[in-house]
Amino acid sequence: MQKSFDYRTLIPTLSAVAALLVHLLVPNSPKYTQKQVPYFTIALIIIIAVTLVIAFASLFNERLRKKYAFKSWFIATFILFLNLLNLATLKLMILQSIYFPSPDRILKVYVEEWPFLLKCLGYSLRLLATGYLIGAVLGISTGIMVGWSKKWSYWVNPLIKLVGPIPSTAWVPIALVTFPTSFQASVFLIALAVWFPTTVLTSSGISNVQNAYFEVSSTLGARTIQKIFKVALPAAMPSIFIGIFNGTSASFITLMTAEMLGVKFGIGWYINWQREMLSYANVYAGLIVIALTFSLIITLMFRIRDRVLGWQKGVIKW
Amino acid sequence: MVTQKTGFIQAQGVRKSFVQPDGQTVVALQDVQTEIQPGEFISLIGPSGCGKSTFLRLVAGLIKPDEGSFTLDGVPISGAGYERGLVFQDPTLFPWLTIYENVAFGLKIRGLYKEKKDDVKEFIKLVGLEGFEKAYPHQLSGGMAQRAALARALVNHPKVLLLDEPFGALDAFTRMNMQDELIKIWQERGTTTIMVTHDVDEAIYLSDKIFVMTPRPAKIESIIKVEIGRPRERDLPDFLKLRAKILQILNFAGKREDIQYYL
Repeated sequence: MQKSFDYRTLIPTLSAVAALLVHLLVPNSPKYTQKQVPYFTIALIIIIAVTLVIAFASLFNERLRKKYAFKSWFIATFILFLNLLNLATLKLMILQSIYFPSPDRILKVYVEEWPFLLKCLGYSLRLLATGYLIGAVLGISTGIMVGWSKKWSYWVNPLIKLVGPIPSTAWVPIALVTFPTSFQASVFLIALAVWFPTTVLTSSGISNVQNAYFEVSSTLGARTIQKIFKVALPAAMPSIFIGIFNGTSASFITLMTAEMLGVKFGIGWYINWQREMLSYANVYAGLIVIALTFSLIITLMFRIRDRVLGWQKGVIKW
Repeated sequence: MVTQKTGFIQAQGVRKSFVQPDGQTVVALQDVQTEIQPGEFISLIGPSGCGKSTFLRLVAGLIKPDEGSFTLDGVPISGAGYERGLVFQDPTLFPWLTIYENVAFGLKIRGLYKEKKDDVKEFIKLVGLEGFEKAYPHQLSGGMAQRAALARALVNHPKVLLLDEPFGALDAFTRMNMQDELIKIWQERGTTTIMVTHDVDEAIYLSDKIFVMTPRPAKIESIIKVEIGRPRERDLPDFLKLRAKILQILNFAGKREDIQYYL
């Protein structure tokens, strides 16, 4: 038992206990006039409980212990950051309270407005998914055609070179007057943002496939359509993924811009609206939702890529 | 040896030239007038520029002759097809497929996989890659990858097997092993085989006939029958005599070229 204990597994808990003590023992700033809410206390107690459970479980699980011990300094420092933030806002009011709300206030937003935030997130994801899928499908198809056929390349390539590099947000004025609804306009903008990098990297991936693969496949009996879908496409997959990843970050930017410009009920719209009302606690709450969502999407895409490109030797890690 | 009735190749007045990037036309092969009997093992040997790879690619149907034609069992060759399997010096296995999937590729795209599933296993076994079905190409050594490439070509039951310096990238020991394996497979299946090689010993060791080719003009200089019983030994007097003869032809051709060069 003694051997399997690592002192580092207790560091996050200690940091959380320190934060709780500071929160409970240091009096609030006299300038602080809003009603006291218990959410930061509750959150810290939950953190203490969870970290203790993990620390206890790690006594019996070596993999968990190693992983958790390795991450412990980071987690503890993050909790310390929350502690300091709480000190600087609620306790000492060093920062301007209107723009820098205390952790309590941000947590309050989640407790009181979570159904509405969830609804906003749903709207954002619907918009993102629609535009993203259209852009990716069109991008891969255009990329295949341009990468495979000289004729398509002749006609379409100059267009891609000219139109592609325009940031899709620059199309906002045209998109808004062309499409009947702002939702459709935003779908168009997001699709465009995804389409360009996907097209370019798909086509370059396909035109860089070794000719020998096509020669071998034709001596194995492959017809043209099979050479495209059974040889060119899988061979170009690493490149296509890079295109899709570039498209993903472009689509996030476009999504936020589109929502701040007029699409209703997205999380970007929510942030913009709350900012106008000077409710900065809500702004931060929205930002955190975005950060978590986007990083979740990116993580999911890495998983998919690792699975699809498992055949690659030493897959490039991001 | 199983005699196979199919796999009869005829070449009539074949000529092939390429236009180089600078606009010059280079004759890659000319005056090819020959026959390859069903089940024969032919080696094409000669220095670079003699047109041996062009010969192979013409039979594969990857390129078309300017004049004349190749026929397989009387049918003119007009494009690539599964009945002429090809193995390159580089195994060119599809890196995104496992060894099993690579070998099954030909059957799958021809829609025969369900019927002939067992063939995939059989050929993997034939080339000695049992247990590596789920491995990806990058996990295999050069020799193993080349075996997989061979199995991938053989699973289609080609009438002709075309080998473009198949063992050129392997170390000497692996190469000798692979030569023995190839002979074994060829004797079992009786597939007409045409192999391009740089290696005179390899050509004598494996072939029924050797097409000795020379550059400028790129053509078949002479056809040498290898009348040594199998299995062959690399140090028998007949073997060494034949070796000297081939080297002399190649050397002579080389010297003639040098003379033209210095003039």
